[in-house]
Amino acid sequence: MDARTHRRPRAVLAAVALVATLGLTACSGGDDGGSGGGGGGDASADAVDAALEKGGEITYWTWTPSAEAQVAAFEDAYPNVKVKLVDTAAAADHNLRLQNAITAGSGAPDVAQLEYQSLPQFVLPGSLVDLTEYGFADLEDKYTASTWGSVTIQDGIWGLPQDSGPMALFYNKRVFDENGITVPTTWDEYVEAGRKLHAADPTKYITNDAGGDAGFGTSMIWQAGGRPFQVDGETVTIDLQDEGAQRWADTWNTLVQEELVSEISGWSDEWFAALADGSIASLPIGAWMPGVLESGAAGGSGDWAVAPMPTYDGGEAVTAENGGSAQVVLEQSKNKALAAGFLRWLNSSQDSIDVFLESGGFPATVADLESDDFLNQESEYFGGQQINKVLVDAANSVGKGWQYLPWQAYANSIYSDTVGQSYLNRADINDGLKAWQEQNVTYGQEQGYTVEEG
Amino acid sequence: MTAATTPRLRRAAAPRLDTRADRPVRRSPGLTIAMTLFLVYSLVPLAWLVINATKTQPGLLDSFGLWFADDFALVDNVRQVLTYNDGIFVRWFANTLLYVVVGAGGATVLATFAGYGLAKFDFPGKRAVFAVVLGSIAIPGTALAVPTFLMFSELGLTNTIWAIIIPSLISPFGLYLVWIFAQDSVPTEVLEAARVDGASELRTFLTIALRMMVPGIVTVLLFAVVATWNNYFLPLIMLNDPALFPLTIGLQNWNAQAVGVGSTPIFHLVITGSVLTILPIVVAFLLLQRYWQSGLTAGSVKA
Amino acid sequence: MSVAAAPPPALAETAPRRRTQRSFTGLFFTAPFLAVFAFVFVTPVLYALYLSFFRDRLVGGRSFVGVENYVQVFGDAKFWEGAGRVGLFLAVQVPVMLALALVAALAIDSARLYGTGFFRIAIFLPYAVPGVVAVLMWGFMYGDRFGLAGNINDLLGSQVLAPLTPQWILVAIGNIVTWQFVGYNMLIFYSSLKTIPSELYEAAAIDGAGPLRIVRAIKIPALRGAIVIATIFSIIGSMQLFNEPNILRTIVPNVISTFYTPNMYAYNLSFVGQQVTYAATVAIVMGVITGVIAYVVQLRGQREATR
Repeated sequence: MDARTHRRPRAVLAAVALVATLGLTACSGGDDGGSGGGGGGDASADAVDAALEKGGEITYWTWTPSAEAQVAAFEDAYPNVKVKLVDTAAAADHNLRLQNAITAGSGAPDVAQLEYQSLPQFVLPGSLVDLTEYGFADLEDKYTASTWGSVTIQDGIWGLPQDSGPMALFYNKRVFDENGITVPTTWDEYVEAGRKLHAADPTKYITNDAGGDAGFGTSMIWQAGGRPFQVDGETVTIDLQDEGAQRWADTWNTLVQEELVSEISGWSDEWFAALADGSIASLPIGAWMPGVLESGAAGGSGDWAVAPMPTYDGGEAVTAENGGSAQVVLEQSKNKALAAGFLRWLNSSQDSIDVFLESGGFPATVADLESDDFLNQESEYFGGQQINKVLVDAANSVGKGWQYLPWQAYANSIYSDTVGQSYLNRADINDGLKAWQEQNVTYGQEQGYTVEEG
Repeated sequence: MTAATTPRLRRAAAPRLDTRADRPVRRSPGLTIAMTLFLVYSLVPLAWLVINATKTQPGLLDSFGLWFADDFALVDNVRQVLTYNDGIFVRWFANTLLYVVVGAGGATVLATFAGYGLAKFDFPGKRAVFAVVLGSIAIPGTALAVPTFLMFSELGLTNTIWAIIIPSLISPFGLYLVWIFAQDSVPTEVLEAARVDGASELRTFLTIALRMMVPGIVTVLLFAVVATWNNYFLPLIMLNDPALFPLTIGLQNWNAQAVGVGSTPIFHLVITGSVLTILPIVVAFLLLQRYWQSGLTAGSVKA
Repeated sequence: MSVAAAPPPALAETAPRRRTQRSFTGLFFTAPFLAVFAFVFVTPVLYALYLSFFRDRLVGGRSFVGVENYVQVFGDAKFWEGAGRVGLFLAVQVPVMLALALVAALAIDSARLYGTGFFRIAIFLPYAVPGVVAVLMWGFMYGDRFGLAGNINDLLGSQVLAPLTPQWILVAIGNIVTWQFVGYNMLIFYSSLKTIPSELYEAAAIDGAGPLRIVRAIKIPALRGAIVIATIFSIIGSMQLFNEPNILRTIVPNVISTFYTPNMYAYNLSFVGQQVTYAATVAIVMGVITGVIAYVVQLRGQREATR
């Protein structure tokens, strides 16, 4: 989502070096650069247990609403450990501050939340701890394949998934029914529904998209089968005109050029208002959306429903991840074993996950996704629909092999400068994608990557 | 600064007569009407803010902006603002107050001394001061944030109150204002007379020059207070502990809470919090404006 | 901006009048300011200058590149687009804002208004609104669906007002800046008017001068120093335009680009693109341009003063 990402800073290894060259004082940039075992003894699953027993104090940065309750439960279970919780409110400023602390060489927390799309750019400069040595590989089976894939980059385990955001089609059933629209199962039907709705009631739009939200664009390309970014060490391949990317752009061209989508920006007060009153009638978005609707668009209660994402060919269900995040241990941490212990409890113990689920979060753990309790939950906001059945199906049909760029934050920030211009001028989105590719290639090369265009 | 000088200023102000009040004035309805248009322009957005501070979160979204919603929730909103997250707003308020008293107060003192020194004395390198100060502030501050941040982190100052206070101590604009005001309002003859009487330079400054510069100093103080109160960019970069945040960053945090996974929009608290943030500035202005009302400088030369 | 730059006009005016002894007393008064100033302004500028000769790479680290960054800035279309935009902005917005502020200050000072105190605070008030909140408010009013702009359009049955479109967005930003800073500049002029010795007015009254003549012959000349300084600082403010477009960008991301103003460009380069050294170069080039313009304005102000 643009508002979340456009200010996101990115890791810069050299910036730490620059502190040293400044030569103001003799103090060096903290204890970074060491391998995993700093502070808390040797690195192994046993060391983690020992550290939890021994206790200590760690700091945890997050914007998850359930964090306070989770930390309280943790401190009950491990009375020797004190967790200092810092509520960072949202990803954008969170990442800015985290990046600053890393650059400064001190002030970073021991454990932090990171969106999946931000992980690579913190992994590559060596800001995160590889959790393999703490025995985290044993936890793989607990998580869905797509979320586990997001935290394992270049042969390391860099975090544990907290939630996931498989995309589904959230739609305002009341508005659909009033205008005689059936739930679209293909994107062609979706476009048709958009035409019909806007013709019947010009104040209503099938969805909103102002072209400023790179997270949405990339997820839609993912769902269409595109795999535009491939990263192999220092070689990056970019192809924003592969089959999937073009397929999405062609469909979206129709919606944008016929002015069937509202230009309201996501997460603004207007957006919440439009979701509540139905002027935005559907959203293809991540499975974490129910909680957002309940807290932000209370007026729409009873109107909304969930359906699987439309497909391009009407065939087998396929979707993509949109949003979602993991928790990581920072290389700067003075007590990595303890930090790893907290992280392991946070995202793999049932006690913690139950608290997370209660707050309306959408899990990344297979056992919870498959539990009857979870599947049979009836959502009041969604008029009693068992929405988790639809959403879990989505979690099981996420397209494989997606990768983000090692400079995704920067790439996302210039999305509106390029693809957004196509929206603005009602021009071909494919041209916007080409421009986006071109600027990313230039940037990657300037940063010393070998960039190949697909 | 405020604590130290206000009583003296007040004493100085009281006995003086506003000689300009003797001038015959005719009030002009035409001019008043023209200026009223100006007033509407200034106040309409503020009216929006105040009106919307009376609405609940849902009411905010579905009612007309420039009129009240059905529920009048101002009291409840204020209560929520003050108690949300264990009363963190009150903490932010106290932080802001600290930054303003030390930062803006210090900035006014430094600017007053320096502006006076530049206006009334000649010394080696004086001409360079103007060029260096102007040259330095011409460089965009936002882009210097990274060098400043790195420097401060080397010195262990980031994420402390000093990261906010030290940079607030400098008000280049305040320096120029005092410079000009001292030039215009403190006659060199008066200083000469004091010197002949054998008063030290510092004493001359404190007892004679300072009171003549009052309208200028008050203006500088007000600007420094507002600038520190509204300081946004620096704390955004320098602080990561919410317990140290000033109000602006706190409000921004609340605003950002609407964004992304786990979103919990509290726009009504952002708006009510903004009103509460502006109020103290209004009060400060009302308290300070008496120093412009009476023609303080009038008659100074004769004194 | 060399050491040769002249002191502000007010100083130049009075300097020949009476020289106080050349000593270090003035330095004593000025030193505390200069010490802190050196720490929080000069050092970072020098550091940025140092950085501008290097280049950072995510792969490969830092290397010395000489003036390569500067060469790149001069050929950088994004930079010049932003620079041109703030140039246009300052050519239009600064005169409008300062003229309004001057008129307001003179009107309030004239004592011909009903409710002077109320006008003074009401016009100053917008300056007290934190930038984030100000843009939030105007962003709402600019909305052509739920906002005031939308209401007015409905009333007129047309689409005249579209402040958030590419054609009008710069005007919309200028309006926010003007709204915020008119009161600030008004107050500078006003407090400067307050330092005019009353003898001058008395003399004018004896001469039988009317109010307009007093404005022309006494007030405007007395304000010259304040006007020049307000102009210089408004120019610097416009050249560094950042908060308003950056916050509005969250509402209209594709209307306001990441390089909409040079300052936004530098910010995005360093905090999003991690190109700290190139951002420092952009900042320095922009600073030099700003300094030159400010210097020219100051020289002109001086020339007018001696005329």
